[in-house]
Amino acid sequence: MNVNFDGNDLIHAFSALGAGIAVCSGIGTGIGQGNAAGLGAQAVGRNPGAKGTIMSTMLLGQAVAETTGLYGLVVALLLMFVKPFDK
Amino acid sequence: MLNVGTPLGGVPVLREADFYIHEHVPVNFFGETVYLTTTHICTVIVVCVIICLTLYLRHAFFKAEREGKMTAASTIVEMGVDMLTHFVEDAMGKEGAKKYINYLGALFIYIFFSNTSGILGLRPPTADYGTTLCLALITWVMIMYADIRYNKWKMVKGLFEPFPLFFPMNVISMFSTPLSMSLRLFGNILGGTVLMSLYYGMLPWFAKLGVPSALHVYFDIFSGGIQTYVFCMLTVTFVAEKRGAFE
Repeated sequence: MNVNFDGNDLIHAFSALGAGIAVCSGIGTGIGQGNAAGLGAQAVGRNPGAKGTIMSTMLLGQAVAETTGLYGLVVALLLMFVKPFDK
Repeated sequence: MLNVGTPLGGVPVLREADFYIHEHVPVNFFGETVYLTTTHICTVIVVCVIICLTLYLRHAFFKAEREGKMTAASTIVEMGVDMLTHFVEDAMGKEGAKKYINYLGALFIYIFFSNTSGILGLRPPTADYGTTLCLALITWVMIMYADIRYNKWKMVKGLFEPFPLFFPMNVISMFSTPLSMSLRLFGNILGGTVLMSLYYGMLPWFAKLGVPSALHVYFDIFSGGIQTYVFCMLTVTFVAEKRGAFE
């Protein structure tokens, strides 16, 4: 097999790898959001009258927990499509 | 043979998916060439839709008011205003709500229509970092104004709490508010846009019959609505926090 690499190919390969690693930040986000949703469901079960307040508090908390995962997503998208390391 | 030398290793999938911001019309701006991009065009379309809709709703509301009967349009207007009033008053009291309710209504309508414009085949304006950064900066200026106006010197003292060593961290957290707010909205909407365009770009034609409607409901309506709510909620919460307790 005859393979010729020029300068950017290795950079593209490792950028794709880095993008894959960057979106692993979604693991923490998933755990955090699931935790919040579970506790929200518990709270509604204990006190069904306060459903509206619980829902809005839960969504706010989940949105804040989502931020770190989105930083990973943005880094991955930058690596894949903006290609900051190209020569 | 490896297919090298094309963008992204020559993966055909990614070349067909189109979610980039295109530069359409070059404009000479003080000697520099800037472009009118997809974002500008989509923003103009969204704003036109909002203006037409609000003018129609206003007309229908006053017509229903004059005739003294309820129609669908007037009910929608009343429900919307009622929900918005409750939303703001719960967070910052009657006094504060009077000041901020107009801005929040405009913000809510603009972000919601921008996020859901993906359904019409537009590229959502909020999937451009320029738009979300501006929105977050407006919020940040409002937060800082409320902080200086209502806390005065306590604001400077607050930077050195709980003890003076925390000063750099407090300054960083002060300036990270617009960054995190803008990136949250941008990342969510851009993620949805990229996934939708990958779906349209890489699958054969029979996969595009009906399944995308479910995806549009999730990525555009559900996710867009949640992010709109979260952005407005965070704006209200941050400003109300700086204004202090209300009676």
